[in-house]
Amino acid sequence: MTPAIRLILIKLLQAVPVVLIVSILAFLVLNLLPGDPAVIIAGDQATPAAIEAVRHSLGLDRPFIVQLGIWFLHIVHGNFGNSLVLNQTVASAMLQRLPVTLSLAGLSLAITLPIGIGLGSLAAYYRGSWIDSSVMTVALVGVSVPSFWVAGLAVALFSVVLGWFPSSGYVPFAQNPAQWLRALLLPSIILSLFEIGFLSRMTRSAMLDVFGQDFIRTARSKGISEWRIVSKHAFRNALVMVITATGILLSAAIGGSVVIEQVFALPGVGRLVVEGILARDYPLVQGVMLIYGLTFVLINLIVDLAYSFADPRVRYD
Amino acid sequence: MPADALVSIRDLTVQFRTDRGWVSAIEDISLDINAGECLGVVGESGSGKSVTALSILRLHARGTARAARGSIMLDGRDLLRAPERDLRRVRGGDIAMVFQDPMSSLNPVLTIADQISESLRLHQGLSRAEGRSRAIELLDLVRIADAPRRADEYPHRLSGGMRQRVMIAIAIACRPRLLIADEPTTALDVTIQAQILELLRDLRAELGMAVMMISHDLGVIAEFAHRVVVMYAGRIVEQAPVGTLFSAPRHPYTEGLMTSLRGRDIPGQRLGSIPGRVPDPDESIPGCRFGPRCAHVEAVCRAAVPALVSISENHDVRCTPRSQALAPACL
Amino acid sequence: MIEASTVPEFAATTLAPRQRSMILRRLVAHRSFQIGFFLVGVLAIAAVLGPMLTNTKPSAMHISHRFSPPQAKFLFGTDMFGRDIFTRVLYGARVSLWVGFAVAAIAGVFGTTLGVLAAQFRSLEGAIMRLMDALMSFPAILLALGITAALGPSMNSVIIALSVAYVPPGVRIVRASALVVRELDYVQAALIAGARAPRIMLRHILPNSIGPLLVHLSFVFAYAILAEAALSFLGVGVQPPTPSWGNIIAEGRDYALQAWWIVLFPGIGISLATIGLNLLGDGLRDVLDPKLKG
Repeated sequence: MTPAIRLILIKLLQAVPVVLIVSILAFLVLNLLPGDPAVIIAGDQATPAAIEAVRHSLGLDRPFIVQLGIWFLHIVHGNFGNSLVLNQTVASAMLQRLPVTLSLAGLSLAITLPIGIGLGSLAAYYRGSWIDSSVMTVALVGVSVPSFWVAGLAVALFSVVLGWFPSSGYVPFAQNPAQWLRALLLPSIILSLFEIGFLSRMTRSAMLDVFGQDFIRTARSKGISEWRIVSKHAFRNALVMVITATGILLSAAIGGSVVIEQVFALPGVGRLVVEGILARDYPLVQGVMLIYGLTFVLINLIVDLAYSFADPRVRYD
Repeated sequence: MPADALVSIRDLTVQFRTDRGWVSAIEDISLDINAGECLGVVGESGSGKSVTALSILRLHARGTARAARGSIMLDGRDLLRAPERDLRRVRGGDIAMVFQDPMSSLNPVLTIADQISESLRLHQGLSRAEGRSRAIELLDLVRIADAPRRADEYPHRLSGGMRQRVMIAIAIACRPRLLIADEPTTALDVTIQAQILELLRDLRAELGMAVMMISHDLGVIAEFAHRVVVMYAGRIVEQAPVGTLFSAPRHPYTEGLMTSLRGRDIPGQRLGSIPGRVPDPDESIPGCRFGPRCAHVEAVCRAAVPALVSISENHDVRCTPRSQALAPACL
Repeated sequence: MIEASTVPEFAATTLAPRQRSMILRRLVAHRSFQIGFFLVGVLAIAAVLGPMLTNTKPSAMHISHRFSPPQAKFLFGTDMFGRDIFTRVLYGARVSLWVGFAVAAIAGVFGTTLGVLAAQFRSLEGAIMRLMDALMSFPAILLALGITAALGPSMNSVIIALSVAYVPPGVRIVRASALVVRELDYVQAALIAGARAPRIMLRHILPNSIGPLLVHLSFVFAYAILAEAALSFLGVGVQPPTPSWGNIIAEGRDYALQAWWIVLFPGIGISLATIGLNLLGDGLRDVLDPKLKG
């Protein structure tokens, strides 16, 4: 077995207990409800018979451990439950909404990575100068200002007053790519503000760490240009950090999209889960949370592997 | 400047930024490195020998140091004032450097071949493939076995001694006229130290380059150098050909070094058997900075900073009482 | 989770009193820390003194003064019910800062306890750390969303939910420094000499992890304020009529064009609080952990 395959197997094995715990956590969402979940789901005005029907249809009348068993059985078969409100399975509702959220997260990541890495490297390279302090000030504001607030102000200015962007709605990419971009650009930029701040702070500290290393001086002693030192010698070393950051950012973008989708009325997964919570559609919330959890475990797994392969010291040993 | 001086340093004063403003780490350093010669620079840590070496290629961390005074001449150009572009051509081209710690001086995420061939591709315009085959030749030259396989490995697979050989291969890649070796064996085991020194000596003879060997190890200096500069607290206190320095040291500090060396095995001998310690650069000491540790200190030593005086051809001493006694009668 | 990827390594020595006063002096001289301390201090004082700084109630409706722009009588203007935004933002500060503080405190206590337990007892380590991995695989806002969904929307649910979300990085930090400290010679010596585990924890492990933990908690404080505002904005956090910065913005959203002041001032409140806490955290990190100094 080559070291690479062994590494992948080890990481996969390590992810198994995490997946198990995530699915139990999602299961608990419904079972932790204070009071009787059946009563809460059926609503305040429901008749005892209606409550009993809900109880039975959700399997709440069975012992806890049996419920957990059924839950796992369903997951394994790809059955994430049925929505109470949407008249749809959770899986199909998810599939319908997923492209919106992925477009939003992907676009914001595409905006964030070059800008965040560039600004962070710039600040590190010109450490202590006015460039450094302005970049860090911008980054600080980025990680501090609430996105939904900026989103509201931006909609008022760019959409309502200036009319540059639609203030809400979504057009699928396949239908009209230009309209798709126009609908998503403003939300993506706003989603990126936090991420750019976060990434440039992280890049700066990683780059500063690398700039202080002896091998940078070795590179200088060879007569290599500053640009090559930064882009090749320093950045390759900081790459490990950037990969880690990308994973965190992708998760953060999916998390942040919950709020952004709400502001821009984008029909994504985040909006689905908020609607589910407000409508007390607990099976929906449970299913969506589970899929979210599995997605994040997958992202972490990929990041972990990419990280290992980016660093020769980990790759070989 | 002697006709055969390759690099000529004059009145060099380098200062570092501290909380209390700029502090001089070295002051009024003047020395020549002649083509093909091996110059030893010896002193305790904090004496300023590494600062001097790094100044030649202006390799101090950006924004932390400045040359307040002086010049470093190479081929009629002042390296201290040369534009960054010109300096880059000198770095790794005319003058190359080997550093103390081979464990941290190589980039962990680039292959050995990549790191060796980088300056070749830059200075001599070699292609990637040419660079790789030159790198393998260089690995052979620094006596690394199984060079083609090693070339594609990453530094963490190599021992400390092998890494220092790689560092030397990087440094000699473009056939520099001067190799600055800053404590190249300090971080290594004693047996490896001897091998690396031998390698450097052979390469120097083979390539005909000058070497500036910086060490706190008198054994290394005695074995390696033609001429020796002794530094103390940021200043040159004595310089002489190696035989003269070891047989007839004139500065009390050099004498102290020799006494502490005598009767011991030569390699691995550390300095510091003289009581007291090297003062910090910002410590204010009236007159001679060695005064507080000197057994022969006199009133005149505290009155003024002694000048570096030539007491015979090729032998300079910075000690007022001694140079007054020994200097050839003035004109 | 943000600070977890850079679990700081600490010089594992118990700080002497002299060092402590030096740390304090360097903190006081630190620019970011000064600004952060000032911002957080002003907001905290405003929150504590809140009711004394205004002569009306946050829910009092001045029907004849609906949508009043900022003026002497209504410093930040009024909303669609004629409620005084200044008063509502003041009372909102109480909610937001309290939630942030409570979350940081709870996350700190549980993070320390679980971190020390994981480091001390091999049998617990696997279970605790895998649970933390699972929790950390969710972005805090989503985890909190799920938990508030289960507990029902209220301020206490928000506190519980965010505490759960921010415990895991603290566990990692404390466990990491506990593992380092445990291997130190003098701690080993104390163990051999028969010192009991709780004593070792109190004398050696806690003092050594307090630095990185404090840095982490100041960022948690900031993120908790942001997250609380977001949850309340979404309608699953603090519920009206209790004013929180998040729900004031949510309520004023539809009127953002005609009455911008409703949305503007609570947003400034959130921003200043998080900027202040982030600066405070940056300062603490620079002074307490020179290795991470930027």
